[in-house]
Amino acid sequence: MKAKKIILSVFLVLVVAAYAVYQRLGGSSQSNTRTTETNTNTNTNNNQNNQVAYKDGEYTGTDADTIFGKVQVSVLVKDGKIVDVKFLDFPKDQLTSKSISNHSLPILKTEVIAAQNENVDIVSGATQTSEGFKQSLASALVKAK
Amino acid sequence: MPITVEICDLSANSEAVDKVFDYFDYVDKKFSTYKDDSEISGINNGKIREKDYSADMKEVFGLCEQTKKETNGYFDIQLKNKTYDPSGLVKGWAVYNAAEILRKLGFNNFYVEAGGDIQVSGQNSQGQNWRIGIRHPFNESQIIKTVSLSSEGVATSGTYIRGQHIYNPYDDKKPITEIVSLTVIGPNIYEADRFATAAFAMGKKGINFIESLKNLEGYMVDKDGVATMTSNFEKYLA
Repeated sequence: MKAKKIILSVFLVLVVAAYAVYQRLGGSSQSNTRTTETNTNTNTNNNQNNQVAYKDGEYTGTDADTIFGKVQVSVLVKDGKIVDVKFLDFPKDQLTSKSISNHSLPILKTEVIAAQNENVDIVSGATQTSEGFKQSLASALVKAK
Repeated sequence: MPITVEICDLSANSEAVDKVFDYFDYVDKKFSTYKDDSEISGINNGKIREKDYSADMKEVFGLCEQTKKETNGYFDIQLKNKTYDPSGLVKGWAVYNAAEILRKLGFNNFYVEAGGDIQVSGQNSQGQNWRIGIRHPFNESQIIKTVSLSSEGVATSGTYIRGQHIYNPYDDKKPITEIVSLTVIGPNIYEADRFATAAFAMGKKGINFIESLKNLEGYMVDKDGVATMTSNFEKYLA
């Protein structure tokens, strides 16, 4: 019963998210809906397999084509609750979609790096030892699940 | 791994510094996967069973498991051959514990650094915040950014050993990775280090992961020498 409730709420959140995309992109709701369904299905399967209401983690939907470009969302579940819905992929190539995208993702500041002439007490970096590099790389395994 | 400890309190003494070095020595003997007689090697070659793990080993394994969950599986100490390598978390954990040793001894103004992972406290010998440089990823004698900190931890994850993929574009066995360096500032070095390790493994998306986490700021450099920073990173600039 509880699982059902949670699934329902996931679905509602995703519908709202999809609707928001639909509203912003001004059409072509079909592919967005497809994304929603994929998410819901994935999560439902997890529930059945594990007998757990909702596993913490980030669940990613498939790419959905819109007339402005691809849209992909993910849901973040913490303590069994959805705490965030993120836009992983969003239309960014065309001028018309740029302002739309700005609402969804924070645009982080970038700069070209340049050497500085500052006096410092300590330096943070990973170049000192090749052993340290090997260790940290061995520990950080990328797992495509 | 080079380790540096500096204490600026008037009561600073060499015994305190020795205690910190002894602690790192202890951690190394327990957690080094390069030492055959370390506890982690004993676990990996099947000589030590789970019920016989030391308290510190249990704590580290628990923290690794928690970090794996919090990073969506990007942080994982289990290797393909079923052995464990917790080095990616142990360094930050050890620097954090070393700083706590100094704090408990009554010191307020110091820093502890191990292999580029830094925990600062209080102020430097000039009575100002500690000034920390972020190393230039393509020229290790230079820095590209300076931050000013008094209680935080800073960690940098990177792939940039000279001569490898960055300067050797004709060796196709070593693909050029898209990012070369990711520096994370956190409320302490334990938090900064474990999330820097996990976010680095995510590639370009890593900086967005740091952006999504409270109390963490990051500065990522890609292979073309372009840096991307999180929204509030600049508040730390010196």
